[in-house]
Amino acid sequence: MAQAAILQKRMTFGEFGLLITFGLLAFASIIVFAKAWTPEYAFHALLFAAGSIAAIFAIGNRYLDRPAELPPETIDGKPNYNMGPVKFATVASVVWGIAGFAVGLIIALELAYPWLNLDLPWISFGRLRPLHTSAVIFAFGGNALIATSFYVVQRTCRARLAGDLAPWFVVLGYNFFIVVAGTGYLLGITQSKEYAEPEWYSDLFLTVVWVVYFLVYLATIWRRKEPHIFVANWFYLAFILTIAVLHLGNNATIPLSLFSPKSYIVWAGVQDAMVQWWYGHNAVGFFLTAGFLGMMYYFIPKRADRPIYSYRLSIIHFWALIFIYIWAGPHHLHYTALPDWAQTLGMTFSIMLWMPSWGGMINGLMTLSGAWDKLRTDPVIRMMVVAVAFYGMSTFEGPMMSVKAVNSLSHYTDWTIGHVHSGALGWVAYITFGATYCLVPWLWNKPGLYSLRLVNWHFWISTLGIVLYISAMWVSGILQGLMWRAYTALGFLEYSFIETVEAMHPFYVIRALGGLLFLTGALIMAWNLWKTVTAAEPQSDVEPRERVDAPRPVLVPAE
Amino acid sequence: MSLWNKHAILEKNSILLVIGILIVVSIGGLVEVAPLYYLKSTIEAVDGVRPYTPLELAGRNIYVREGCYTCHSQMVRPLRDEVERYGHYSLAAESMYDRPFQWGSKRTGPDLARVGGKYSDEWHREHLIDPRSVVPASIMPGYPWLARTPVDARNIATDMKVQAALGVPYSAEMVENARADLLTQANPDDGDPDALQQRYPKALARDFDGNPRAVTEADALIAYLQMLGTQVDFSLYDDKANLR
Repeated sequence: MAQAAILQKRMTFGEFGLLITFGLLAFASIIVFAKAWTPEYAFHALLFAAGSIAAIFAIGNRYLDRPAELPPETIDGKPNYNMGPVKFATVASVVWGIAGFAVGLIIALELAYPWLNLDLPWISFGRLRPLHTSAVIFAFGGNALIATSFYVVQRTCRARLAGDLAPWFVVLGYNFFIVVAGTGYLLGITQSKEYAEPEWYSDLFLTVVWVVYFLVYLATIWRRKEPHIFVANWFYLAFILTIAVLHLGNNATIPLSLFSPKSYIVWAGVQDAMVQWWYGHNAVGFFLTAGFLGMMYYFIPKRADRPIYSYRLSIIHFWALIFIYIWAGPHHLHYTALPDWAQTLGMTFSIMLWMPSWGGMINGLMTLSGAWDKLRTDPVIRMMVVAVAFYGMSTFEGPMMSVKAVNSLSHYTDWTIGHVHSGALGWVAYITFGATYCLVPWLWNKPGLYSLRLVNWHFWISTLGIVLYISAMWVSGILQGLMWRAYTALGFLEYSFIETVEAMHPFYVIRALGGLLFLTGALIMAWNLWKTVTAAEPQSDVEPRERVDAPRPVLVPAE
Repeated sequence: MSLWNKHAILEKNSILLVIGILIVVSIGGLVEVAPLYYLKSTIEAVDGVRPYTPLELAGRNIYVREGCYTCHSQMVRPLRDEVERYGHYSLAAESMYDRPFQWGSKRTGPDLARVGGKYSDEWHREHLIDPRSVVPASIMPGYPWLARTPVDARNIATDMKVQAALGVPYSAEMVENARADLLTQANPDDGDPDALQQRYPKALARDFDGNPRAVTEADALIAYLQMLGTQVDFSLYDDKANLR
C-alpha cells in the first residue's frame, strides 16, 4: 500500500525546479568558496552552499513525507489557510527583535563607555551600528511584515496562500539573507550606504526572494473570494512594490569579480547621495510606514471589533501618502552640495506629508469610536493606540525637522536619532507588538494570551524606556547643535568639538538605560508568548473579546 | 459622489492597482533624480579634483569597511560656524569620484571633509591605535589592527578598472601602474614618486604609518585622510562663478 502511494506521488514543478536550482547554487557556491579573494567572502560562499544543501534535504524530505496530493485550497467550503510560514516569521520577528534591541543597547553603551569596543574589529561601533539598524528594521520589522501580510492577505481574501513551497522560500530565504547581511557587517563586508549596507550578492539574493514574495502576495489576491481588495492589502502591496524599486535603484553596483564581495555603485557623489536618500527616506516611508499601516488597518479594527473609521479617508490617506513620501528624500541633504532646487522640493513635500500622515493617524485612532473603554481593559489595544499616537507625533516632528532652518540645527546631531527612535520604538515596534499579541493566540489556536498583566508590564516598562530614550536624545541633540554654533562675545567659536562630545555623556547613559528598559519589555513579551504557545489553558485573565457573547461583527470590506 | 465609486475599479483589479501604485511612486523620484544628470549646474566646474591614487582608494575602502560614516560626516555646510570650524563648504565636485558617497548623516565625531593636512601622520597613527592617547575625552573606538594588517593590494588594479568602466577618469597607464603606485606612495624611496605625482597631481608620497617594513592598512587610511578636502585651491576658487 505504502509503496503504491509513493508511486502515485508526482513531484511538482516547484519541487523539481527548486531542487535543481539549489543544486546549481550549491555547486556554484562551492566554486566561489574555492576561488574567493577574501576569507570573509569564502565564509559567505560556504554559508550559501550549506543553505542550499539544507534546502535540498528539506525539500526532499518534505516530498517523501507528504501525501500524494497537495493540501487543498478549501476544506468543506472553508479556506484551508497556510499558517506555517506565518508562524515561522512571527517567531523570527520576536527573536530578531530581541537580538536587534540587544545590539542597540551594546552600541549605546559603547558610545557612553568607549572602552567597550575592546579594540576588536568585529564589535567596533562602525560595524555594530549597521547590524543594529538592519536587525531591527529588516529582521524584526521585515519578519513582522511578512508574517502579518501573509496572515492578512489570506484572511481578507478568504483564500489559501498561493504556492506550495514559494511561501516557505520567501520566509526562509529572507531570514537567510538577514544572516548573510548581518555576519557580513561583522566581518567588514559593507557598502556603507545607510540602511543598504549588504553587498551585491546579498542584494541579488534578496531581489529573488522579494520577487517571489510579490508573486505569492499577488497570486493570493487573485484567489480572493471578495470582489474588493481590502485596504490593508493596498498598503502591503505598495510596500512590497516600492521597496523592490528602491532596492534595485540604490543597489545598482558592479562587482569587482564573482569571487570578490566588493562592488562599486554606478552612481557617484551628489547623484549617489540623492539616490541613497531617495531610497533611505522611503525605506522609512514604505518599509516602516506603509507596511506597518497595513498592520494598523487590519489589527486595530479586528482587536477593537469596530470597522475602520472612514473608507474615504483611507483612500486619500493611501494615495496621498505614497505619492508624497517619494519626494521627501532630499531633506536628508539640506545645506549639502545637493542643488538647492532639490533641497527645496524635498522640504516642500516633507511638509505636505504631514497631512496624509495625520489623516492615517486619525483614521486609526477614530476606529476606536465607541470602543474607547477597551483602552482601560485591554493592554494590547492600548499598545496599538499608543503606536498610532507615536506615529502622529513623529510624523509631525519629521516635517518640522525638514524645514531648512530647523534642520540646520538638528542635522548631524542626536536629535535625528531621537526622532528615528520615537518612530521606530513608539510606532513600528508598538504596532508590531500589538499585532504579535493578537496573532500568536490566533495562530496557535489558543483562547487568549497567557497573561494580560504581563502585557501591561511590557507596555509600561517599554513606554518608560521610550520616554527616557527620546527625551535624552532631544536634549543632547539640541544641546550639541547649539554648542556647535555658539560664539563668544569676541566672535570666536565658543566650544571645541571635543567639548561637545563630553557634554553628551550623561545623555548617552540615560539613552542606554532607556534601551535596557525597552529590551526588558521585549523579553517579557517573549516569555508571555512562549507561555501562550506552550500552556494548555490561559492562566488567569481571559482576553476581553472572549468574554463577550454578542455576535462578532464582521469586518466590512472597504467600499 | 461618482469619483469615490470609481476607486472601486482599482479595488477590484489587482493589476490596475499595481500599475497605479507604480506610476504614483515613480513621479517624485524621477523628477528629483533625473535632472541631476543633465543639469550642468549640478557639479561645479572646478580645477584640481582628481581620482584617488591606488593607496588612497585602498584607504577609502577601509574607511567604508569600518563604517566610519556612522559617526563622521564628509560634508561641510555653508553655515558660518561650520566654515569657521572645518573650512570652506564642500562642493559637489569634490566628491564626484566617490563611490559610494560618504557625506554621512551624523557627527558623533567631527566632520572629516577637510581633515587632510590638519594633523600630522604621527597624530593619526596614535589616534587610530588609541584615540584617547591624543584626545582624552574621545569616544572613538580604537583601530589598532590597521597598523598590523598589510594592505590587500593584489587586486587594486581591478578596483580601478571597474571604476574606469563607470566613468572615473583612470587611464590605462594608471591601471597598469596601480600596484607600483600604491607601493611607491607609502614607500617613496623604493619607487618613482615623480611618476606617481605626474599621474596624480599633489599626491602625498611618504611612509604614513612610520613602519617602512610594510605597507599597512594604516598607511592607506592615513593617506586617504590626509588628502581629504585638499584638492581644490580655494584661494583661486570663485564661488560666484558657480551660483546655482
